Amino acid sequence: MTATNVSSEQRLPVATWMRMYLRLFAVQGAWNYETMLGNGIAFCTEPALRQLPGGTGGSRYAQAIGRQARYFNAHPYLAGVAVGALTRAELDDVPPAMIERFRTALGGPLGSVGDRLVWASWLPLCSLIALLAFGVGARPLTVVAIFLVIYNIGHLALRAWGLRVGFQRGLRVADALAHPVLRKGPQVIGMLAALIAGVAIPLAAREVVGGGRQLSSGIIILAMAGGVLLARLGGRVEGWRISLVVLAVFVLFSVIR
Amino acid sequence: MILLDLLPIALLGAFLGMDVVTFPQAMISRPIVAATVAGAFIGNAMAGLVMGAVLELLALEMLPFGASRYPDWGSASVVGGALFAAQPGSPSGALAASLFAALVTAMISGRSMVWLRRFNASLAAHEHDALEMGSAKAVTGLQLYGLSLDLVRGFAVTFASMLVFSPLIRAIVDSWGTDSRYSRGVVVTIVAAVSAGAIWKIFHLVPRARLLFVAGLAIGAFVLVSA
Repeated sequence: MTATNVSSEQRLPVATWMRMYLRLFAVQGAWNYETMLGNGIAFCTEPALRQLPGGTGGSRYAQAIGRQARYFNAHPYLAGVAVGALTRAELDDVPPAMIERFRTALGGPLGSVGDRLVWASWLPLCSLIALLAFGVGARPLTVVAIFLVIYNIGHLALRAWGLRVGFQRGLRVADALAHPVLRKGPQVIGMLAALIAGVAIPLAAREVVGGGRQLSSGIIILAMAGGVLLARLGGRVEGWRISLVVLAVFVLFSVIR
Repeated sequence: MILLDLLPIALLGAFLGMDVVTFPQAMISRPIVAATVAGAFIGNAMAGLVMGAVLELLALEMLPFGASRYPDWGSASVVGGALFAAQPGSPSGALAASLFAALVTAMISGRSMVWLRRFNASLAAHEHDALEMGSAKAVTGLQLYGLSLDLVRGFAVTFASMLVFSPLIRAIVDSWGTDSRYSRGVVVTIVAAVSAGAIWKIFHLVPRARLLFVAGLAIGAFVLVSA
């Protein structure tokens, strides 16, 4: 393979960007409890590392792959920030020790910011919007389309932004994590989600009861009492496990009665 | 459902099971999508959507944070959606029994994800020297192994669950002795309670979340009463 020395000012070929972006979707392909995302980071940076002096047969390429395959953890959607920044660091010939320290420092913030923004805000909001659509009687295709389109606008944009900003800023990428969307986004999304949840849960529940029947006062009171109880128990119990036990008892009761 | 009918459902479970962690995490594995698609495969998308909404309300509680252990809703939703959609006329007990099957599948499938992660770790340890030497072949190989094994995992879980639960759900529905209204009522009560608790857990630190949730409930109540 022909190698081209890429300085930080130079741009990566479009095909390389595309390869890196597409590989980001499989960044957790080999996720494990030892190296976590590490192998995925090496997998995603690899197309750009081919640009290092000596190409795929060169020592810098091999050393960079070896470094990037080590332990790393981050939110998968924000892994692009790490992939971009680490690629830039390798292409800029940053000393290995500094790259190691940077990798260690970057994982935690990328994990916590991503978890708060995506898993604890964006995903529940999109779920609740889809449940609201179901609750007002939208057709199956409409509900699915609403969820997938809204969710993935955020998802795809976040991955693309991460890769771009990571490469642009390199080792100074930490500043990018102070972006207003990342800082204030979870709070604003959370407020909107809380409002939509209040509307969506009763409407979705009525739709599940079905047949034009209204929710009985018994269901409403029991559901609210159960919700309060689970909220008070906090993280000590998982509601789905309790649901499984209650359902098992109910199914058994209904079959043998 | 004959064995051949299970193959497309198992393949769907395989691809949607992958989406949970390995590829592409576009949330096509979320219950409201996966169960609806499974229902459409059976020819009853509406039934799939009902099961999807029920599971989605439960899934709100479990956020897939990092290395935490959580149920695999992808394959489980396919199983739940397909089982419920396969009961013509949604007879009494079908929703409760199918939901039970979906939750058991979610538990087993979640466990299988942990096994896969451990196996991936052992593969990575086996390739440790090659990785340290900078072998791109080892890196790509591990990714492809992981992705392929996750696909196989999702297929096996979905296929086995369908194989076990298809006849079991039919038998349960045939001998169901509780009125349809109460059967659905129990399911709705459970999932509404879990989802309300989940919303509190997720958003209680957000300013004015409690007020906004109550305001939303008031709007919801108004719509329910006026509809």
